[in-house]
Amino acid sequence: MDPTQLLYSPTHEWVYLKDLTATVGISRFAVDQLTDLIMIELPAVGTRLVKGKSFGEIESVKAVSDLYAPIGGEVTEVNTAVVENVQLLTDDPYGVGWLIKLKVDDAAEISELMDFAAYEKKLAEEAH
Amino acid sequence: MAEPTLLKTPLFDWHQSHGGRIVEFGGWLMPVQYSTIVDEHQAVRQRVGVFDISHMGRFTFDGPGVLAWLERVTTNHVAKLNLDQIQYSLMANDQGGLIDDILVYRHQYGYYLVCNASNRPAVLAQLEQHRQGAVGNFHDHTPDTAMIAVQGPGALGTVQPLFDQPLEPIKYYHLTMGRLLGNANAVVSRTGYTGEDGYELIVAANQAERVWNAILDSGQSHGILPCGLGARDTLRFEAAMPLYGHELSEAINPYAALVGWAVKLDKGDFIGRESLRGWKRDPGRTRVGLRLEGKRIARQGTTVLDADRAVGTVTSGTFSPTLQRSLAMALVEPSLARVGTPLTLDVRGHREPAAVVELPFYRRSPQTQK
Repeated sequence: MDPTQLLYSPTHEWVYLKDLTATVGISRFAVDQLTDLIMIELPAVGTRLVKGKSFGEIESVKAVSDLYAPIGGEVTEVNTAVVENVQLLTDDPYGVGWLIKLKVDDAAEISELMDFAAYEKKLAEEAH
Repeated sequence: MAEPTLLKTPLFDWHQSHGGRIVEFGGWLMPVQYSTIVDEHQAVRQRVGVFDISHMGRFTFDGPGVLAWLERVTTNHVAKLNLDQIQYSLMANDQGGLIDDILVYRHQYGYYLVCNASNRPAVLAQLEQHRQGAVGNFHDHTPDTAMIAVQGPGALGTVQPLFDQPLEPIKYYHLTMGRLLGNANAVVSRTGYTGEDGYELIVAANQAERVWNAILDSGQSHGILPCGLGARDTLRFEAAMPLYGHELSEAINPYAALVGWAVKLDKGDFIGRESLRGWKRDPGRTRVGLRLEGKRIARQGTTVLDADRAVGTVTSGTFSPTLQRSLAMALVEPSLARVGTPLTLDVRGHREPAAVVELPFYRRSPQTQK
């Protein structure tokens, strides 16, 4: 996926919305900040996610971090390849390292997410 | 109360301008990593790594009464030190709890003490309080100096070309004095906190960056990497070396922490001796190594369970880059310390099966002992 075409949450998850199906992952920035990923835990298909609530966790040598749903909905698909080999996420967070797909409850929630330019701006501001 | 100012080592600017991720540690601004923790860890295990450890506290002592003073405030037997020898030791309080773990160096001009960064004020206070008229010179050398660790199989090959004394003959836990780069006075010791062979260098603060850059140049052909506190922690963890604030604290006695060998109850009186005698008879708990079945990391504070009964607490846990397993050290009831004992860890509500394993988790093979 082209990162410039994705939407981003303040907690560094990305969303690609097509019709009412959202693909969700975490940004390159997040992966680079975490480094040394050990494992990732993702919800089962059928789990209902609430926007802003934890849907899984990612463990690195340094710390364990929650993953937060950038949008609400029902999990329709889980990337089992990335669960088995978290290196995929380090290698390609916008491609083979995607995490889950959701059937979105309310597409309007997406308006609260940032586009690429806004996300880049936020990262630049936080760097200071 | 105002936040105390965070301290910077003489290499701070270098760290910042070379991608070091700066974190607060023990009152200092230090690099936790430059690349990844695992890459830096493997560099030390397989090649060579260099660490800025200038945040460690350093004190010099010389003159009359200094030996008796050091004997009073430390648990190991300072008088047993030969010239140019270094001793692992502890500073205890009256209850037998640990103020810090330290290294005591004996060299031709007197004694040197190296302590943990975060404990420098407490060590200083304990020294002052129990000086009892020792008239020798005592000086906090920390701000005037830098300390650099070069660790790994390539450490000797990296440092030797820069130093005017032969390094190979220095035995483990011994030191020599000489000059780096022709004119920089240095104390070089065969010590470290990684489980690998290596050297620690103390130089004047104004020589730090020059020496650091020379080490990186010299180590290039050996595959050197600058390493941060992240790798320092995973390396010392695999080698089961205790870290103050984790395996050691004022609430943990040295026998529970498996550093009772550094307490010499027969050396004469010293602070904490009577309490330590009691702890030796009944340490209450003991430090063990644990290997988890799953990959989840059991970090400090994780409860250790025997069936459903809480029997201890994790002091450090990480994913071992060398062994590719989630490992932990914990303080548990002594009856559960036998290798193979199955235990459960409550990792944020997940019940993770684990078993007691031998410490250290990692011991370097004799081939790489140079």
